[in-house]
Amino acid sequence: MKQITCLSKKIQAREKMKTDPSLQNSSLISELLNAVPHGIALLDTNLCIVAMNRYLEAMSGYVTDEAIGVYGEFILRSNLGSKNQVCRDVLESGESVSTEGNIINRRRKKIPIHFTLSRLHNEQGKPVGVLIVLEDISVLKAVDAQQDGTSARTEILGHSPQMEKVFELMSVLARTDASVLITGETGTGKDMIAEALHKSSQRARHPFIKVNCGALPEALLESELFGHVKGAFTGAVKDKPGMFRLAHRGSIFLTEIGDLSLPLQVKLLSVLDDQEFFPVGASKKVKVDVRIIAATHRSLRQEVQQGNFREDLFYRLNVLRIHMPPLRERDGDIKLLLDHFMRQFSTNLGRNVVGFTNKAMNTLSSYHYSGNVRELRNIAEYSANICQGNKVGIKDLPQYLFRSPDPPGQAPVAIAPAIASAVVREQFADKTGGWTEMEKEMIMDALRKTGGNRSKAAEILGWGRTTLWRKLNKYKLA
Amino acid sequence: MKIMITTRGDFVSPRFDLSPEVIIAAYYDRQLLEEPRSIIISDVSAEIICDLALQENVATVICGGIEEQHYQFLTWKKITVIDAVVGPYTDVLELVINNTLEPGNILAGVTSKEVAQ
Repeated sequence: MKQITCLSKKIQAREKMKTDPSLQNSSLISELLNAVPHGIALLDTNLCIVAMNRYLEAMSGYVTDEAIGVYGEFILRSNLGSKNQVCRDVLESGESVSTEGNIINRRRKKIPIHFTLSRLHNEQGKPVGVLIVLEDISVLKAVDAQQDGTSARTEILGHSPQMEKVFELMSVLARTDASVLITGETGTGKDMIAEALHKSSQRARHPFIKVNCGALPEALLESELFGHVKGAFTGAVKDKPGMFRLAHRGSIFLTEIGDLSLPLQVKLLSVLDDQEFFPVGASKKVKVDVRIIAATHRSLRQEVQQGNFREDLFYRLNVLRIHMPPLRERDGDIKLLLDHFMRQFSTNLGRNVVGFTNKAMNTLSSYHYSGNVRELRNIAEYSANICQGNKVGIKDLPQYLFRSPDPPGQAPVAIAPAIASAVVREQFADKTGGWTEMEKEMIMDALRKTGGNRSKAAEILGWGRTTLWRKLNKYKLA
Repeated sequence: MKIMITTRGDFVSPRFDLSPEVIIAAYYDRQLLEEPRSIIISDVSAEIICDLALQENVATVICGGIEEQHYQFLTWKKITVIDAVVGPYTDVLELVINNTLEPGNILAGVTSKEVAQ
């Protein structure tokens, strides 16, 4: 009986739609609404549903036929205030509202939604209803949640006073829009700071583009940074926007800016000053709105003195500056970082390595870390791979830690110890006698360490047992 | 049999988690045993309403939109949930007592005029 009454209400609503001149073209309206890739609900002045597009049908779980004539809130089930207050306000004031919220659909799913509500008028300017656009932002929310979990600030670990200063400075710099120069030794986390600055700035919703100025030759870099037009040079078969244009309204991160050639430094300076430039081969200027974050491991002041870096660009970049302290100067952070990375690698590898023995920790705490956090991370990864027990001991640490430190200026490149054999090879790299001799030594050493156990030796070397057996035969060591 | 209807004004609340009030009623053999009583919820949340349903030892919950996790929780606690119901709660109550209410029912009296009254 009730359902029959409900049906009669709907028929009345539909009749009303037919007679209402402003909604006469209902079929045309529904065609139009279906063409939009967001949920759309059309409400009359009583805030009852007049039309819904197919996207909203899928989103809400209601088909238009059953929803027509029903008070909009009962169908949409949003959290936009009680008794459709937002809709009423829009209808009364005529001011569009754009806000975030959610709906719970018929399938009991809560969907994050970006609502846009606007008042509709007829030809005489009289309000005839409200248009609600519902944009499903569940994907965006999922990404946000992911980023929140590993947000830039939480990714940068450090409790030392030096790092606290950096964090304090970052929160100030994030609020400004001026260019920032990040300095510090290699592996101190300049890239992460740049990304964190971007993410916490007002430009966070726009792109963050990273360009390594030292990675490309000058001619290519110019085209990469500023783009080119079709036919600008051989091989320029189509227009290329360039990184600056891609970063429009966002931030561009120029890492290793100390390696930038002098002519490009001039062009960069003009971009910094005027926010516009000519793409390679173009006759029209391009205007961009980009925040520049630059980083270098070199001393730019020294580079200026040597004539390798333009003084004016240096001063232009040096307005806001963050200096990343080297790891050896960060009190107490070594243990924190080691524990963090060990937990991370141990989980990734499915091992049960819980920490370091006291001896190993003492060795690691007193090490000078010329490669800074990157080197420490690699040591943790190596140890997590090599360690067979549940605590990393001295024997599980890379051997180069026990050698005397390299003379200044010859800092060892941080190695990637994921491949055990590569690390072992490094230990023998300074031996003379060629690869054959070195490989023999490596095998002998591994066998000595494992007390002749070939399986374990093969594991240390990063080989299969068969490979070790073949090599033993080859070198007549069997 | 004891039932709970999540309401807002005279209607089943469009959302379970945003219901400011619930109606508790008990019936037997298609007759109400007592006058339905209403409970105002101070801090509106789905969890509080779920707790209330358990405390009141209701057998059936009637509501509008409900999230899957709360639906599953209540059914796990052996409470029947009739959700996505749209309509005035008095009519809903009548249908429940007559054992004819189904999930997703849209009853009459849910246009703007009735809501405004």
